[in-house]
Amino acid sequence: MRYEAPESLEGAVALLAGAKGETRVLAGGTDLLVQMRADIVEPDLIVDIKKIPETRAIAEEKGGWRIGAAVTGAELKEHPRLKKVWPGVIEAANLIGSTQVQGRATMGGNLCNGSPAADSVPALIAAGAVATLAGPNGKRDLPVEDVMLGPRKLALQKGEIVASFLLPPRPPRSSDAYLRFIPRTEMDIAVVGAGVSLTVDGAGVITAARVALGAVAARVLLVPEAAQAIIGGRLDKPAQDRLEAAAQAACRPIDDKRGTVEFRIQVAGVLARRAALIALDRARSN
Amino acid sequence: MAKHHVEAIVNGDPVEFLCETEETLLDVLRETLHLTGSKEGCASGDCGACSVMLDGRLVCSCLVLAAEVGGRRVDTIEGMATGETLHPLQQEFLKHAALQCGICTPGVLVAAKALLDRNTSPSETEVRYWLAGNLCRCTGYDKIVTAVMDTAAAMRKG
Repeated sequence: MRYEAPESLEGAVALLAGAKGETRVLAGGTDLLVQMRADIVEPDLIVDIKKIPETRAIAEEKGGWRIGAAVTGAELKEHPRLKKVWPGVIEAANLIGSTQVQGRATMGGNLCNGSPAADSVPALIAAGAVATLAGPNGKRDLPVEDVMLGPRKLALQKGEIVASFLLPPRPPRSSDAYLRFIPRTEMDIAVVGAGVSLTVDGAGVITAARVALGAVAARVLLVPEAAQAIIGGRLDKPAQDRLEAAAQAACRPIDDKRGTVEFRIQVAGVLARRAALIALDRARSN
Repeated sequence: MAKHHVEAIVNGDPVEFLCETEETLLDVLRETLHLTGSKEGCASGDCGACSVMLDGRLVCSCLVLAAEVGGRRVDTIEGMATGETLHPLQQEFLKHAALQCGICTPGVLVAAKALLDRNTSPSETEVRYWLAGNLCRCTGYDKIVTAVMDTAAAMRKG
């Protein structure tokens, strides 16, 4: 098993593109090392991307924020300004694991682990985040909702890695929120997750919204029908009901030990509604 | 594949070791450097018994490859006391009997110190959330939390 820690995206791409056998990108390692230990994966090559400056930076760009794929949850939490602009994205990333796990876990890893229950992914999708991929043919941008195809399946080509995320510019009176259901308060994997991002005008009318749901289908879902249900109104009770119904209609969950199909569908509606109310409250005070 | 030659600072001392790619930092701490204070509980990042500081950041050493720590600073439970003088947290844990079998204790102490180093007056809720990744299967958490709170109070008084 070979370990490499290149200092440039080009170096990482060249290693991955030229490798034979199983390869894995190492960011925080909180999923990869567990899978290696459980003999689920035995890579021939591990490429650690943490020495690449682009994957470790948080910077303003074109009025938005670019976040490196290997920035840790703890670093996101400590950033002096991100939490104000994107509270939903930060709270979602901070729900992943314990304090110890937060010291290592990254949004790039959370996405590329390919779990439909990944906490930061619905929040990133609701935020309209774009993943910037580096590959043998250079860089390309892909909306986060198009990166994951299904459990453990990504739209990345051989040699491609997620280098960073770009969160778009934020109009005034915008905010976001992420909620998940787990049977306890900490240290668990989402049974359902819901991310909502929205913008209101001066009169309090919602002018733009995105709703994303986790753990209710084979991939994290962007649900435009749920967003349409609340755009143009003030999120009054009928709009909340339409949002809830649209969110539930989009769900295609599985039955497993953590939740039944019926339970997941019901909770998805409830969380979408509550996340929208929190996002609205935050947006009004922005 | 040749072994990796790694140089790091462990508890303030420069160390060097050879490791295989698949060896974790915990493996090397325990088996190569014979620092057996850090424990392996779950080996999946759930229990916190292997907690160490990596460049000042609390992590599970079972989730770090040893090959990753070249040039970095690792602080373990073995570096917590100053000579024969126990850290105030260690003293309070003894006073409150905040341990029974002791397997979780090194990780709890390292994690609690990481909290108090950045927040000298945490609320009980903050202590409980911060330590949510440190599992104890015998003493229970009340004595641990009380010991951490009392340490914070004593350290504030100086």
